[in-house]
Amino acid sequence: MRTVRILTSLLLVGGGIFGAVGTAAADDPSDAPSDSGASGSPSPGASDGANGPTEAGTSFRTAAKMKPDQRAVADASTGDYLYWTLPLDSGQRATVKAKVKLPETARHGAATWQLDVYDGLRRRQACTYGAQSRAAAKDAGSVELSCTLRPVRAWADQWANDPLPGSYYVRLTVVDLPQEDLGLPVHAEVEATATDAGGGQAVDGALAAPLVPGIGAHTGAAQPEGSGSPSADGEAQEDEDGTAKQSAALGEPDGGWSSGWWSDRWIWTAAGGLLAALAGIAGYSVTRGSGRPSRVPPGA
Amino acid sequence: MIIRKWLAAAVCGLVAALAAGPAAADEPDAEPAPKPAPKVELVLDVSGSMRARDIDGQSRMAAAKQAFNEVLDAVPEEVQLGIRTLGANYPGTDRKTGCKDTKQLYPVGPLDRTEAKTAVATLAPTGWTPIGPALLASADDLKGGDATRRIVLITDGEDTCAPLDPCEVARDIAAKGIHLTIDTLGLLPNAKTRSQLSCIAEATGGTYTSVQHKAQLRDRVHQLVDRAADPVVTPVATEGAQECAGAPKLKPGLYSDREKFAEHRWYRVDVLPGQELRASVSVAADRAVNKDYGVLLRASTVHGREIVRGSEAGSGRTDVISSGLRYPKAEADDADLDEDGKPAAETVCLQVSNSFSAPASVKTSPGLPVELTVDVVDAPDDASDVASFGLGHGWWLLGVMAVVGLLAGLLWGWISRWRVTVWRTN
Repeated sequence: MRTVRILTSLLLVGGGIFGAVGTAAADDPSDAPSDSGASGSPSPGASDGANGPTEAGTSFRTAAKMKPDQRAVADASTGDYLYWTLPLDSGQRATVKAKVKLPETARHGAATWQLDVYDGLRRRQACTYGAQSRAAAKDAGSVELSCTLRPVRAWADQWANDPLPGSYYVRLTVVDLPQEDLGLPVHAEVEATATDAGGGQAVDGALAAPLVPGIGAHTGAAQPEGSGSPSADGEAQEDEDGTAKQSAALGEPDGGWSSGWWSDRWIWTAAGGLLAALAGIAGYSVTRGSGRPSRVPPGA
Repeated sequence: MIIRKWLAAAVCGLVAALAAGPAAADEPDAEPAPKPAPKVELVLDVSGSMRARDIDGQSRMAAAKQAFNEVLDAVPEEVQLGIRTLGANYPGTDRKTGCKDTKQLYPVGPLDRTEAKTAVATLAPTGWTPIGPALLASADDLKGGDATRRIVLITDGEDTCAPLDPCEVARDIAAKGIHLTIDTLGLLPNAKTRSQLSCIAEATGGTYTSVQHKAQLRDRVHQLVDRAADPVVTPVATEGAQECAGAPKLKPGLYSDREKFAEHRWYRVDVLPGQELRASVSVAADRAVNKDYGVLLRASTVHGREIVRGSEAGSGRTDVISSGLRYPKAEADDADLDEDGKPAAETVCLQVSNSFSAPASVKTSPGLPVELTVDVVDAPDDASDVASFGLGHGWWLLGVMAVVGLLAGLLWGWISRWRVTVWRTN
C-alpha cells in the first residue's frame, strides 16, 4: 500500500517539478481540504459561511455540528455552556473566533468570557495565540474571543497531547460574572477557519481512524471476544447501536479525511535531488575543463 | 377534570377495541416507533405571586399563558409533551396542604394542541410554590422508556416548602440515571430565586434563564422543547469498582457513573493486539465546588503498571472537566497467541479519579456525574521517522544536497582524469 502511494507520489512529483506543482497536488482528492485552506477559496459545502448551525449544544454529547468556514450562531442565556463540534484534518491550523453580543439590559459588573477547544478525546487543546478569555466591561456591547490551535499532526505518540485529526469541540461560556447577571439572554457567533500549516509540520505515520467519538463501532473494528458478564453484553448491544448513530451523526470534513501522504516535502526532496544531480554534473565538468586539454598534442 | 376526561376516553376506547377490533386506543402500541420519543414536561408555577403585572405591562400569568399557547403550536411531532402545575389549586394558608399542591394538567403523551391549550386557559394564580414536590411528581410523570427526558420549570419565586430543598431533589432525580435534564426559567427573579433555580439547573446539567420579557419567555421555552427533539446518544449506567480486579468490563460505548469527592473508580476494557483503545472521561461539577479541581484517567495493566494517562486541572466556573487517552497495542508476536491460535486480548484497567473538593456545607452524596466513553479502533502503523516518509524540507536540505552533488561531481571528474592520465602514461 505504502509502496503504491510512494510510487504515485513520485509520479506526481515528477510532474510537479516541471512546472505543474499546484495542479498535481490538487488532482488528488485526498488533498482537497488542505488545498482549499491554502488557497483560501472556500470549499463547496461551506460556500457562503452562513449555513452553519443556528443552535448550540450544551454538552460534549449534544454539541452542534459545524464545519470550518461556517458561521454558527446561537441564542442562549448568560451562564450556559455552549458546545460546537467541527472536524479538523492533518496539516490544518485552525483559528476559532467567537463573538458574544451581551445582554442589553443593565448589567451589574464586568463579566469574563472564555473560549476552550477540546480534541476528540476531550483533551483540552492549547491556544498558541489569540484572546482565549476576555473580560467585558459593564457597559460593553459585545466581546470577541479567538483561539489559534497548534497545527494538526497526522500522528503523535500515545503520551503526547498533540492535536490529531478528528472532531474538535469548541466550548464558549462565561467564567466569571456578577450573580445578578446570570441567565440574561445573549447571542453568540462562532466561526472557525483552517489554513494549511505547510509541509514543515508533516510527520510520518497516520492514525488508523480519526479521533471521532464512537468511530470504532462505525468502522467495525473487531471487538474483543469477551468474557464479559451477561449484563455487560446486553448493555453493549444497545450501545453499539447508539455509538454507530453517534458516529454517523458526526461530520467529516468536505471530501473526507485525507490519507495524509501528501506534503510539500516531496517537492523539496525531489528538488534537492535534482539540484544535487545538476551540481554533480557541474563539478564533473569543472574538472574536465572546456574541450580538449591544451597539453595533449594534436593528433595524439 | 382533565384526567377524568382521559379516563373516560380510555374506557370508551377499550370498549370500542373489544367490540370492533383494533381502534386507535393506544397510540404507542399502534405503531412501534423506531426509537423512543423524547419526553418533555413543562412545569408552571401558578402561585399567587404570578398575579403581579410586571412583564411588558401584563401579569406574569398572562405572559406565561401566551407563551405556552405559542409554544404548543410549534412542538415538534416526535416530542411527547406534558404540563404540570404547582400551586394552582389550594388558595388557603395551611402550609402542609399548600405544599402538596401540584397537579398534572396535561399528561405526557402525543400532544392534542386544542385540549392542551384549553387546559392552560383555565389556570388562575392561586397558591404556594412547592417546587420540590412538583419536580418529584414530574420525574414520575416522565417515567418509562429510554428516551431523553426534560423538565422545563417556569417559576417566579423560590420554593416556599422548606425543608425539602428543590436543589437536592433535582440532584437526587439526576442521580437515578434516567437522562433527565431540568431547565429552569425565572420570571423577574430575585437573588434567592436565582440561586435556587440555577442550583437546580446545575444539578441536572440543565440551563437557567432569567426572563425579563414575554418574547424571551416564548423563545426560550420553544428552544428548550426543540432541543429535546434532537437525537442524542444516552449513556449506559455502570458502576466502577474500587480496584481493578472486580471492575466491570466495558465494551466500546458511552457510560455514566457517579463518583464522590476524592474517590476513584476502576473499569476494565479488553484490547486485542493491533487495536487502539481510546477512552475519555468527563466529571461534571453539579454542585458548588471549590475553585481548583482536576481529573485523572489512567490506563494500567492488570499488574498495576501504568501505560498511559490523561489528566487535566482547572480553576473557576465550569460544567465539566475532562481528559482522555489513547493506547495503541502493538501487533501480536507468536508468543501472544492463545491455545486457539488467536491473539489474546489484553485487559486494560482504567482508573478515573477526581480532585474536586467542596465546602463542608455541600452534600457529598450522590457523587459527581461521570461520563466515560470507550472506543476501540485498529491501531496505526508505527511511525518509522519523525518526518513524513523521511523526506526533507527547507533551504538547508537543498544547500546540503547541492554541495554534496558538487563534491561528488568534482571527485568523479578528478578520478576519471587521473585514470585517463595513468592509462596514457602506460
